[in-house]
Amino acid sequence: MSGAVAGVLQLGLLVAALAACYRPLGDYMARVFLSDRHWRVERAWYRLAGIDPGADQRWGSYARSMLAFSGVSVLFLYLLERVQNHLPYANGMAPVPSFLAWNTAASFVTNTNWQNYAGESTMGYTVQMAGLAVQNFVSAGVGIAVLIALVRGFMRNKTDRLGNFWVDITRAVVRLLLPLSVIGAVILMAAGVIDNFTPTHLIAAVTGGQQTMVGGPVASQEVIKELGNNGGGFFNANSAHPFENPSPFSNWFEIFLMLVIPFALPRTFGKMVGDNRQGYLLVAVMLGLWLTSVGLISLFEWQHAGTALQAAGGAMEGKEVRFGIPGSALFAGSTTATSTGAVNSFLDSFTTFGGMVALCNMMLGEVVPGGAGAGLYGLLMLAVLTVFIGGLMVGRTPEYLGKKIRPTEMKWAAAYILATPFCVLVGSALSLGLSVPQRSILNPGPHGLTEIVYAFTSMGNNNGSAFAGLATNTGWYNLAGGVVMLVARFAAMIFVLALGGSLARQQKVPESAGTLKTHGPLFAGLLVGVIVILVGLTYFPALALGPFAEGLR
Amino acid sequence: MAGIRSRSRTPLPASVQDGPAAPAAPARRVGGGLLDPRLLWKSLPGAFQKLDPRVQLRNPVMFVVEAGSALTTYSAVIHSSVFAWTITGWLWLTVLFANLAEAVAEGRGKAQAETLRRTKRETTARKLAGWRPGDTAYRIEEVPGTRLAVGDFVIVEAGQVIPGDGDVVEGVASVDESAITGESAPVIRESGGDRSAVTGGTRVLSDRVIVRITSKPGETFIDRMISLVEGASRQKTPNEVALNVLLASLTLIFVMAVVTLQPMAFYSKDPQNLIILVALVVALIPTTIGALLSAIGIAGMDRLVQRNVLAMSGRAVEAAGDVNTLLLDKTGTITIGNRQAADFLPVGGVRVEALADAAQLSSLADETPEGRSVVVLAKERFNIRERGAGELPGAVFVPFAAQTRMSGVDLAPAAGGSGRQVRKGAASAVRGWITDNGGTVPDELGVLVDGISAAGGTPLVVAERAPGAAARALGVIHLKDIVKQGIRERFAEMRAMGIRTVMITGDNPLTARAIAAESGVDDFLAEATPEDKMALIKREQEGGKLVAMTGDGTNDAPALAQADVGVAMNTGTSAAKEAGNMVDLDSNPTKLIEIVEIGKQLLITRGALTTFSIANDVAKYFAMLPAMFGGVFPGLEKLNIMRLHSPESAITSAIIFNALIIIALIPLALRGVRYKPSSASAMLARNIWIYGVGGLILPFVCIKGIDLIIMNIPGFR
Repeated sequence: MSGAVAGVLQLGLLVAALAACYRPLGDYMARVFLSDRHWRVERAWYRLAGIDPGADQRWGSYARSMLAFSGVSVLFLYLLERVQNHLPYANGMAPVPSFLAWNTAASFVTNTNWQNYAGESTMGYTVQMAGLAVQNFVSAGVGIAVLIALVRGFMRNKTDRLGNFWVDITRAVVRLLLPLSVIGAVILMAAGVIDNFTPTHLIAAVTGGQQTMVGGPVASQEVIKELGNNGGGFFNANSAHPFENPSPFSNWFEIFLMLVIPFALPRTFGKMVGDNRQGYLLVAVMLGLWLTSVGLISLFEWQHAGTALQAAGGAMEGKEVRFGIPGSALFAGSTTATSTGAVNSFLDSFTTFGGMVALCNMMLGEVVPGGAGAGLYGLLMLAVLTVFIGGLMVGRTPEYLGKKIRPTEMKWAAAYILATPFCVLVGSALSLGLSVPQRSILNPGPHGLTEIVYAFTSMGNNNGSAFAGLATNTGWYNLAGGVVMLVARFAAMIFVLALGGSLARQQKVPESAGTLKTHGPLFAGLLVGVIVILVGLTYFPALALGPFAEGLR
Repeated sequence: MAGIRSRSRTPLPASVQDGPAAPAAPARRVGGGLLDPRLLWKSLPGAFQKLDPRVQLRNPVMFVVEAGSALTTYSAVIHSSVFAWTITGWLWLTVLFANLAEAVAEGRGKAQAETLRRTKRETTARKLAGWRPGDTAYRIEEVPGTRLAVGDFVIVEAGQVIPGDGDVVEGVASVDESAITGESAPVIRESGGDRSAVTGGTRVLSDRVIVRITSKPGETFIDRMISLVEGASRQKTPNEVALNVLLASLTLIFVMAVVTLQPMAFYSKDPQNLIILVALVVALIPTTIGALLSAIGIAGMDRLVQRNVLAMSGRAVEAAGDVNTLLLDKTGTITIGNRQAADFLPVGGVRVEALADAAQLSSLADETPEGRSVVVLAKERFNIRERGAGELPGAVFVPFAAQTRMSGVDLAPAAGGSGRQVRKGAASAVRGWITDNGGTVPDELGVLVDGISAAGGTPLVVAERAPGAAARALGVIHLKDIVKQGIRERFAEMRAMGIRTVMITGDNPLTARAIAAESGVDDFLAEATPEDKMALIKREQEGGKLVAMTGDGTNDAPALAQADVGVAMNTGTSAAKEAGNMVDLDSNPTKLIEIVEIGKQLLITRGALTTFSIANDVAKYFAMLPAMFGGVFPGLEKLNIMRLHSPESAITSAIIFNALIIIALIPLALRGVRYKPSSASAMLARNIWIYGVGGLILPFVCIKGIDLIIMNIPGFR
C-alpha cells in the first residue's frame, strides 16, 4: 500500500469514526451537564468535600472556585514532586528540583503538559499516577466546566448564575473522562501499550548486550493524555516510544482519542442552546481548518527536496518508520490543533513548512478543534467577535444566539484575544532579547528563532508540544514558562466566565429575518476569515523571521 | 432656519408624500449630501486644531498614529533622509486626514447650527404677573426671554416672537414655524387638544395667545437642536463604544506584535530603524475605520436632520436600526388622511347615473374631504358637471349636523325650485328620514350597507323625495379608506428585513382587518385606546423586542416614552415631544420607516469599514515584511508578490495607500454605504464581497500602483 493511500484511508476512517461519535457523545455530554440528578458516588463525594451541589454560582464565584481548585492543584503537585523520594514506588528518583517542579506543576494544572524533564528518569510512579495523571483528568475537567458555564450564559435568560463549578468538574470527570478512559485504556492495552508496576526490564538486545527498559502504568496514563488533550508523555519520547504507541493502530486510536471530545462538544453546545445547526457550523469550521492543516503537513513532508529524502519517499528524519509520513503528519496536525501536545515524531526535524503549519495550528488559538472545552470556548470567543463585525454589516446591534454583543461583552472578548498573543510574543521577545535564554538555542539562525517562538506559542496556547532543539530545563524557561502557561490559561478562563456572566444577564432577543444567521456558509467563511486574518496575522512577523526566512531560498 | 431645507435637504421620496396621486416610489436609497470640496477646504483649520493630543486621546487608534508621527519626526531630524521625511510626512497626513473627516462631518452640522442661531435672538417676553388661567384681567410685565421660568405665563400677539417653548392655554393663533420646520405655510395653534404646543423662536402671525412656558431658557427646543446638529452633546453610542473596544484591542495587539518584533530582528541580525517600525504599526492598526468612525456617527445624525428628524440621542438612532416591531397609525401613514367615495350602488331599479347625480347634488355644499370626493367621483365616472349655486334655483343646503347625521339640499319651490329634497348620510339616519316621509326602505339597501361595512368601508345612503311623493332610497355611496400607493411594497421590505408592522387604528376590527389586508400590514390593533397601545408595547418588549412608534397627542406620551424609538410629531403636544426620543419636524408618520433605514445604514457603514480595514492588513504585510527583512533573508523576496520596486518604495507605498484611503472613503463615511432593504443574509453576502473580499484585493492593486509612481522619485530607487 502506498503512503498516500494509507494516509487517505487513515484520515477517512478517522473522520468516519469522529462523525459516528458526534451525535451520541455530544448528546451524552449535554445530558451530563443538564441533568438534575446526582449519581450516588457524586453525592458521597459532595458530602465528603462539603459541597452544596444545589448552589448556583455567579460568574465571579464560579471563577474563584475554579482558581482555588487550580491553585491548590499547583501547590499539591509541586509538593508531591518535591517529596517524591519519600513516597512509595519512587524507583529511587530524587526530589524534582524546585524550578522544574514549579514548571511541571503549572504545566499539568493548565492542561499544557509542557515537559522540561524526561518522565522515565525524573518521576516516580506515585507522582505519575497521583500527581500527573490526576491533573490530566481534572485539568481537562476544568476546561470543560468553563465551557459549560459559558454555554449556560447563552442558554439562560436574565440571571446572574452560571451553574456550579464543583458539580460541573465532578461530572466531567466521573461521567465522561473516567468511563471513556477505562474503555480506551483496555483498547490501548489490547493494542500493545504496557501497563505494569515493574520498574525495569533487562532485555537482551538484538545486537548483543543488555538494555534496560523502564516499565510502568503507561496505558492508564496514555489514554487520558490523549483524551483530555494533555499530551504529557510517560516516557520522554512520548508517543514515539513503542511502549506508549506500539503500532499503526494504536497510533490511529490515540489520534482518535485526542479529537473525539473536542469534535463532539459543538454538538453539546448546539443541544444546550437548542439549535443543532449552530453546532454543525462550528464543527464544520473546525473540521475544515484541521483537515487543511493535516493536508498541508502531509504535503510538505512528502514534497521534501533533496535526493536522499526523495529516495526515502519524503522527509523521514525524526519520524518512526512504523507510522511513516501519513501517521506522523496526521498525528502532528492533530496534536497541535487540539492543544494535546503529545508527539509521535520530532517536529524540529520536519520540513520547515511542515513544522510551520504545526506552529500555525497553535497560533490560531487552539480552536480547530482545540482542547477539551478550551477549544470550543476559544472558538466561541472568536465567534462573538465575528458576530460583532458581521452583525454591524447587517445593520443591527450584533447578537449571537439572541444575546447582544454590547460594550461589556466586547470588552471580555477583546481581553480574551489579547491574552494569548501577549503571553506568546512577550515571552518569545524576552527570550530572544536577553542573553541568557538565547544560549539554550541549539540551532542558530531562523530555525533557532522558530524553536523559541514555538516554545512560547505552545506554552501560551496550553499545547505542550515541543519543537525540540531548545534546552528548556533552565531557570528562565522553567520560571517564565510556568508564568506564561498559568496566565494564558487562567486569564483567558476568567474572561470567558465574565462573558458568560454578562450574556446570562441578558434577555434573549427573538430571531427574525433581519438577524445575522450564524449557521450558514457565509458566517462560516467570515469566522474562518476572522480566525486566519485577525488571529493569524498577529504572528506573521515572527513567522517571516522564522520559518519563512528559513524555508524560502 | 430655512437653511436646513434650502441648503442641503433632499426632497422626500415620492412614496412618503401624502396623496393618492403620488407615483410609485422609484428605487430608494438613503443617501446624504455629497461632499463639497469647499467644505473640505473650510474644515482644514479644524483638522489642524484636532492635532491636539488631548483630542486624539479619545480615539486610541489615531492617538497611536499621532504618537508614532511624533517619534518618526524626531528620528527624521536626527537621521535625515528623503525616505525618513516622506514617511514622516505621510504619517502626519494620516492623522490630518482623519481629523479632516471628523471636521467635515461636524462642519455640515455647524452650518446648520449657525442658521438656527440666527433665529434665536434676544426676545422680550411679555410676562403676565400673577395670572391664572381663567382670569380675565392681567398685568403685563416686560422681561427678557432668558429670564422666564417654567410655569410663567406670557402673552404673545401678532407679529411677536414666542419667547420660549410652551403650551397655549388661552386663544387661537396662526404661527409661522418655518424657522424650525422650513415649512412656510402657517400652522394653527390653539389651547386645549393636541395642537397646543408652541416653540420658542417661532412667530405669531395673527391673533393673540397666552402661553405657559414649559422649558427653561437655554434648554429650549431650538437650543437642543443647535447642540444636536453641532454634535456638541454627542455621546458615543453603545455600538460605537463596543467597536472602539475592538479597535483599541486590535491596536494593542499590533503594537505588541511590532514591539516584540525588534528583539527578534536583533536576533536575526537585522534590527529595524524606528521609522520602519512605526510605519509597520500604523499600516497594521485599523486606521481606516479608526479615522472615519466619529465622522460616520456625526453624518448619521446629520442624515436624520436633513430629513427634518431630530434625534435626541445617537442611542435612539441605533435603536431604530434594531427595531423589531413598528407601530404605525393607520391614518396618515397607511391610508391617506380621509375616506373617499369609491363607488355608487343604486337600489330599486334606480339608474346609477341618477344616483350619482343626486349624490353630487347633496354634496355640493359639503366641503369635507369625503363630500368633495363624491363630487369628484361623479365627475370622473359619469361626467356630471359640478353645478354652481346659481344654476340651482331655490337651492337650500342642509348642512351636516351631529344630531341628524345627514346633509343634503332642498330645491325650494318658493324660489323657483322643483321642490325636490335630497338627503345623504349614515344608513340609520337616512332610513329614519325615509320612513318619516312615508317611504319604505327596500331590503336590498340593508344588504348593500352591511356588505360595505363588512369590507371595511363606510356606506352613505342617498335618498330623495319628489314633491308630493313618498321619500325613496336611491342607493348607497361606498366611502373607503385609500391605502397609500407603495405602502404594500414598503411593508414587504420591512418583512424581509425582519421587522413586523402593526397598524394602530380606532376603527372597528372589521374595518381594520379589511385595511390591514389591503395594505399588507402584518398585524393590527383595532379600536385602540392609549392603554391598549401601551399594553402592546410592553408585551412586545417582554419578548425582547424593540418597538418603534409615532405619536402626537398627550395621551400618546406614556407609550412614546415606553417605546424604544418614539417619534413625536412636531405638530403634537409638548408632552408628546418631551416623551419621544425623536421629533419629526414634518410631522409625517411614514418617516418612521426611513428612520429605521438610516439607523441600519449607520451600523452597516461602521461594520463594512471595519471589515475593509482589517482585510487591508494582508496586503500591507506582503508589502512591508519582505521590504524589512529581504536584505538579511533574500528568500523573503518571494513574499514580495506585488514585485514592489525597492524596500523604501514598498514601505512608502503602503503608508501612502493607508493615508489616501481615508480621504477616498470620507464621502462614503458621510453618505453611508449603499443600503437596500433586504434580508440579513443578502446584506451580509453583499457587504462581505464588497468590503471583505474587496478590502483584501484593493490594497494590492493600489499599493502596486503607488509604487509604480514613486519608483521614479530619486531616493526610492
